[in-house]
Amino acid sequence: MSSKRPGTGDYPLAEQRPDLISSHGGHSLDDLTLDAVARGEVTLDDLRITPDALRLQADIARDAGRETLAINFERAAEMTLIPQPVIMEIYELLRPGRAKSRDELLQAAARLRREYGAEQMAAFLTEAADVYERRGLFTFRF
Amino acid sequence: MREGHFPSPAIASIDKSATTTYCHGLRSSDEADMSDAQQPGGNRWRRFSEWDERPLRLDKFAVEDPANGFAASGGASDPAPSLAIEAGRAASMDGVDAADFDMIDFFIARYHIDPEIAEQAMALPSLDVARMLVDMNVPRADLVRLARGMTPAKLADVVAHLNAMEIAFAYSKMRARRTPGNQGHVTNAKDDPLQLAADAATAVAFGFDEIETTMRVSRNSWSNALACCVGAAVGRPGTLFQCSSEEAEELEIGMAGFTSYAETVSVYGTDKAFVDGDDTPWSKAWLASAYASRGIKMRCTSGAAAELLMGYHEAKSLLYLESRCLCLQRAMGVQGTQNGGIDGAPLASTVPGGVRELMAENLVAVWLDLECASGNDARMSESQVRIGAKILPFLIAGSDLICSGFGTIPAYDNSFNPSLFNAEEMEEFLVLQRDFEADGGLTSVSEDRTLDVRRRAVDVLAAVYDELGLANIDEAMKQSVVLASGSDETESFTPREAAQISDRIRERGITVIDVIRALKTRGFEEEAKNLLFLVKLRVSGDYLQTSAIVREGRVISAINDPNEYLGPGSGYRVSDARRRELNNIRDVLDREEVLRSEAVFKPAEEKRIAYRGMGPAPRGSDTREVIIGLSPGFGTEIYRTLAGHSLAHVLSALREGIEAGGCSARFVRMRHTADTSFLGLSAAKLSGSGVGIGLQAKGTAVIHQSERLPHNNLELFSNAPITGLDHYRGLGANAAAYAKGEMPMPVVVPTRGEAMGARFHARVALIFAIETAIAEDGLEPEAVDVTFLEE
Repeated sequence: MSSKRPGTGDYPLAEQRPDLISSHGGHSLDDLTLDAVARGEVTLDDLRITPDALRLQADIARDAGRETLAINFERAAEMTLIPQPVIMEIYELLRPGRAKSRDELLQAAARLRREYGAEQMAAFLTEAADVYERRGLFTFRF
Repeated sequence: MREGHFPSPAIASIDKSATTTYCHGLRSSDEADMSDAQQPGGNRWRRFSEWDERPLRLDKFAVEDPANGFAASGGASDPAPSLAIEAGRAASMDGVDAADFDMIDFFIARYHIDPEIAEQAMALPSLDVARMLVDMNVPRADLVRLARGMTPAKLADVVAHLNAMEIAFAYSKMRARRTPGNQGHVTNAKDDPLQLAADAATAVAFGFDEIETTMRVSRNSWSNALACCVGAAVGRPGTLFQCSSEEAEELEIGMAGFTSYAETVSVYGTDKAFVDGDDTPWSKAWLASAYASRGIKMRCTSGAAAELLMGYHEAKSLLYLESRCLCLQRAMGVQGTQNGGIDGAPLASTVPGGVRELMAENLVAVWLDLECASGNDARMSESQVRIGAKILPFLIAGSDLICSGFGTIPAYDNSFNPSLFNAEEMEEFLVLQRDFEADGGLTSVSEDRTLDVRRRAVDVLAAVYDELGLANIDEAMKQSVVLASGSDETESFTPREAAQISDRIRERGITVIDVIRALKTRGFEEEAKNLLFLVKLRVSGDYLQTSAIVREGRVISAINDPNEYLGPGSGYRVSDARRRELNNIRDVLDREEVLRSEAVFKPAEEKRIAYRGMGPAPRGSDTREVIIGLSPGFGTEIYRTLAGHSLAHVLSALREGIEAGGCSARFVRMRHTADTSFLGLSAAKLSGSGVGIGLQAKGTAVIHQSERLPHNNLELFSNAPITGLDHYRGLGANAAAYAKGEMPMPVVVPTRGEAMGARFHARVALIFAIETAIAEDGLEPEAVDVTFLEE
């Protein structure tokens, strides 16, 4: 990837900057052909978005003046590394009354930081823990 | 001629009873009983009884009651806009101190409010900002920047200054992507996957950018997803697809590659409604990021009256609560929203100004720079008039996705509940696009093409099912689905079989890759490529940006197709090519079509009547003659009236009437005019009695007298489409009476208020043009010997 961050002029990346895009398995966009799928060389894993692609899209969103969208893409970039069951587990924990104390959310935040290097998501959970406590969301719900 | 020869009372009673039956079909039994109690007989203006029978009366309306949440704007507890920034953070917002922020306040203050802009934005008088929204010289980008510094109360306060037309205009200016689009529902009452595949392919053919399915039985989600995804791959690549189901399962289905977007992540405007919805801003934001992390396009959903329905409105107005929802969505970092009432639209539409409020909240959404799938979704009325009025501002303003969505299937097959527009009204929508030269994202499809894509879709799904060992689809099933308008007519999978198929897909972990391989193996190369194209969009993530859709194999979004409206000549304009598509509705008339359809009647007419030209018509001296002046194309180009009567039969009826009145008929063809009045006046001037009849080939007739001014005739029969042979007989008799100096009862052709112009004027103008083209100034009237061959 070049050192200069991409902007709106590089969009759509698939057309303007295919050189910046590769799959989890290291395939270029041009490699992801029907024949390659038929031969089993391209799997569903190759058709997932990568953290790099999400960060590039964050750059483009930021260049277009969409800071909050960029932040969402950056959170998502961290999340690409988190397995599906863990994503659903933490989603469940964030729902009202699931976590019984601030600590449960803080432990989840620590796990995100430790196992997946997900700093932004960890901070996000910590923030939720503070607000939930202040708003009484740790109370038991029937 | 006497009264009573004409069937007016009979027609009236038939029409009335037809209307009554239709409406009673819609009413519940107690409503019908109540209306019976108010039937004529009591002291009541009967117009009210007629109004009772209109579909509109099925709609219920609510009194404005701000204290109980029934207020479109200006709620009892709506705060005045305010914002205090201290140390780069909101110290208070809309009258609430930071220490007292609820979850929604906190999230908005933390992520939506841009402290750099807030002071400037909040200081602007709301009326000034409202004027900027409708000022074509103020660029969209400037207003989007200001919105980042405005609180929910401020945004609501600004748009409350705009009337409905200003809201529509501002919406058109402020929406994010230039090219408008549309979204459709593809569902059916049986969750029949074969029908889903055929209907998905059909929806793609009509041009929907996104299609959305859901289930009657939740475990059928995998079957629905696979079937729609395969059907949507027929015809062209790039139609985005969503399967609306339980949160966790929806994400699973997305990860298996079957779906490409999601919009079920709902947010609410009060903490209590949020918690009752079993979520918080953080849990929803987590989901939003989760979708992006899987390369799936996602928007949130919110809409007026959700909080009112859930009982937690805090005495705040629909607009203010929705403004909170929208600020929250921008704060979460989602690219877009589905808003404009959505499930709450019918309730919002019951309060005064409710429909205007739905428009206003859509405006707040696009002002906040969110993609807007603008509702026009849940059917908010039983009245076709209210429905047409509801769609129009969005149709002419354009929208990222005008409906979210349009029912592409009959209303009874719509598993989301009936939409504002369903398959029944598809052609109305297509015609509205043509009427207003407005792009609603849809395109007419020929009958042949619909059969082709439906056939292809069922063949493709059958191949995939067979290859993956999911189920057998036989020819009878295919044929019933291809031709069926809805699930009432299909002999295909039952809901139970759909559930078994769905379980197999889930349990065996079948993914879109398996489907693509199956398609390739079975020789459906095009569909395999189309499906791979869609899944491959995830790799670059280009379609995650604001307002992204796929057109002609390319991602377009607010980034590479931005709406930069700056007045006439800018923004989205219908191109010549697109205009031709919009115009191409079915069954349009032209001159050739009229001549072709007339030619079909020529052989039969030639067996009934023969016209023989006898040279210039002399002036008559018989005081008991009535001349019938025929138009130039009468019986030579045109052979039947607009009512469908053979011209031979019309002439025969006229002659009968004239003779019954004690006079004789003489026929003259006018060659200098095709105008009814002049046909009649010219005939009268040649007539020994001074009375003549002018008769156009389309059946319009006049009785004229030689001394009268051209347009001051004795009797005019202008409603040819409802003029019957009895009327022509009566007309002949009256002409004879005038010839004898009598004063007959005028013949009345009763109308029941049919829109004759809409039904006939295109053909009328074309027929008249054919006749006037034959007419030539100075050509003499010609005597015609008419032989009735059936006598």
